[in-house]
Amino acid sequence: MTDTTEKAARPKEAAPAARPARAPRRLRLRRGLTPWLFLAAPLVLLITFTYAPVANMVAYSFTDWDGVSPELSYTGAENYVELFTRPELFEVFFVSGYYLAASVIQIVAALYFATVLSFNVRFRNFFKGILFFPYLINGVAIGFVFLYFFQDGGTLDSVLSLFGVHSDRAWLGTPVSANVSLAGVSVWRYMGLNFVLFLGAIQSIPGELYEAAELDGANRWHQFRYIIAPGIRPVLSLTVILSISGSLSAFEVPFIMTGGATGTETFVIQTVKLAFQFNKTGLASAAAVVLLLIILAVTWVQRRLVPDDKVDLV
Amino acid sequence: MNRRTKLAGSLLAAALLAAGCTGSGGTSKGADAKAPVDPDKVTGTITVLTHRTDLVQDGTMKKYAAEFNKDYPKVKVEFDALTDYEGEVKIRMNTENYGDVLMIPAVIKKSDYPRFFASLGTETERAKKYLFTDFTTVDGKVYGQSPMGALPGFLYNKRVWKEAGITDWPTSPAQFIDGLKAIKSKTDAIPYYTNFKDMWPLTNWTYVDGAVSCDPKATSRLAEGDPWAEGEDLRIGDTMLYDIVRGGLIEKHPTTTNWEASKPKLANGDIATMWLGSWAVTQFRAAAKQADANPDDIGFMPFPAQQDGKFCATMSPDYNQAVNVNSDHKEAARAWIDWFTDKSGYAADNLTLSPVKGAPLPEVLQPYEDAGVKLIELDDAKGAAVKEIDNQSEVGIYKPDYRQDLVDLARGARKGSLDDFLGDLGKRWEEARKSSGS
Repeated sequence: MTDTTEKAARPKEAAPAARPARAPRRLRLRRGLTPWLFLAAPLVLLITFTYAPVANMVAYSFTDWDGVSPELSYTGAENYVELFTRPELFEVFFVSGYYLAASVIQIVAALYFATVLSFNVRFRNFFKGILFFPYLINGVAIGFVFLYFFQDGGTLDSVLSLFGVHSDRAWLGTPVSANVSLAGVSVWRYMGLNFVLFLGAIQSIPGELYEAAELDGANRWHQFRYIIAPGIRPVLSLTVILSISGSLSAFEVPFIMTGGATGTETFVIQTVKLAFQFNKTGLASAAAVVLLLIILAVTWVQRRLVPDDKVDLV
Repeated sequence: MNRRTKLAGSLLAAALLAAGCTGSGGTSKGADAKAPVDPDKVTGTITVLTHRTDLVQDGTMKKYAAEFNKDYPKVKVEFDALTDYEGEVKIRMNTENYGDVLMIPAVIKKSDYPRFFASLGTETERAKKYLFTDFTTVDGKVYGQSPMGALPGFLYNKRVWKEAGITDWPTSPAQFIDGLKAIKSKTDAIPYYTNFKDMWPLTNWTYVDGAVSCDPKATSRLAEGDPWAEGEDLRIGDTMLYDIVRGGLIEKHPTTTNWEASKPKLANGDIATMWLGSWAVTQFRAAAKQADANPDDIGFMPFPAQQDGKFCATMSPDYNQAVNVNSDHKEAARAWIDWFTDKSGYAADNLTLSPVKGAPLPEVLQPYEDAGVKLIELDDAKGAAVKEIDNQSEVGIYKPDYRQDLVDLARGARKGSLDDFLGDLGKRWEEARKSSGS
């Protein structure tokens, strides 16, 4: 008995992994439970707010529910059949192309700024703050701010006229310029996040490497090419995954700024409209499930193409 | 890796279990909210859900409640103002706790009314006294009552129209467009303002239905055939909107319009015309006062179409007030609805139509009376079927999307012809109509 209490009091001295069979049952139970106790709170939150709604959504996708009526009937895979027999529902993915193109610019710019600001630059922290700031602003506010920005005679037009360009164009007026403008807003918004991720990764690279490289005569480009780029590869591939899934599921900015008018409708806006405008909650759930599967598939393919190698700089 | 999948699997199983418990429990109940006999004996605290956040904030609703308490001293009225009324109430209606009195959200299917609301009486009995009863009638029983009604029409700046040389209301779409052209050439005003970006103002164009043909059965006709067939009301209305945009008679950049800013602009004469409803007149007058413009410049005219030499305007209800079927104070709730409809003066305060039959027209509509505009009460017997077809076809006649597309089409931001566009709407409508079996 004393033996057990001693062990329990000083668990570090016990070697549970080495001789698990010898530990008494009660202790083993307690040891098994301890991590779960710590996990309980996050798990409850995770299940209630992530998995339960997702499971609910999957369940709704097999019904004809209208979102409010207490009556709903199971229709099997009918919603999925309808989705895949209506190709026009997938046409909106062309809009994602704009966001994909924008995310390339976004990543390149974020990488550039992260590299520059990881070296000693004057006002370094100030610039870091400025670059990250847009990400902290609420998406709804950004939508409203940029509505004024793109207005006739708005901020963009007046800034351009400072440089002598007197443009008189409706920035949100045609599908192409509207989508480009909206994608531009999302670059402005999310570049800060990418920037911070890159900066964190770059700063985890040991400083001696640069010193050694400099002694060997490497310039800044060489340092970037042979130290930084391979050093942040995992973060880079994470960012690419996030950008792709973000482009496919773009929502807030176009929804607030144009509501999907003038050819700016994205897949999520379309789904929201199906659910809340036409009360086809069942069909919309199916669309959401399909989007989820598409994103999972894209991620899986990408992980296959670019396996997550262990970084080994030294 | 293996362990992780096992964990994820068990989590998913737990989540599915949790999901399985979320069945919806509502059964068809059906209850009556009877009008109280003795006002002094009605007791209880009732919560009124409302979309009029402005009136709750500025204390107007409290004043109504105080007036109400003079008649019903033992009833306490509380207000719950919701900014996103439709969205929030829809979710609350999955529980039993959605106030005692509420406005019926548009999303609720008519056939579901008896599950959610207590009946206010039979239609035959209520229709003698009130307008708009058949908008909420299910199986002969009425479930809601709108406290006010409105007429669709053009809000216009009288001064600007006069400057352009037009003093009489146009009587045909062609004349109306000529009028807008005259405004464009003779004044600095924007002839017509779409409010494209704020979307909902565009949905008002559906309310030309009935105003063109003067047919009280205009709603039923939507459920019986293609609304965009040659000569139908919606086709005439949508074609007119298309021609207005096509002719360059609208604001320069419709994609960045601003509803709030548009109100003083119309009062000032920067904008000449907008298609809205009679309810908007008060708001525009208030905006005019704030902007130091003359509120009397704001006029209201009917859709430019005549039958037998007369204009027509359809009367349509606002949100209908109803009693929650689960309410513990149905009598008190009913008392509030009756009082609010009959005695509060809410309709008159908003310069709108009173739902009580025979009540005088608001002063805003005096010109309508003088011009002999025929007010028609639409027969909403097929309203539920129309909504069903509308959702099924995803056309959305009460939603802004297709009209935004129409405006884009007219100003060249979208490819295609008007005939193809309206033909496609009609095709989708007909397919949905046939599949829903009406």
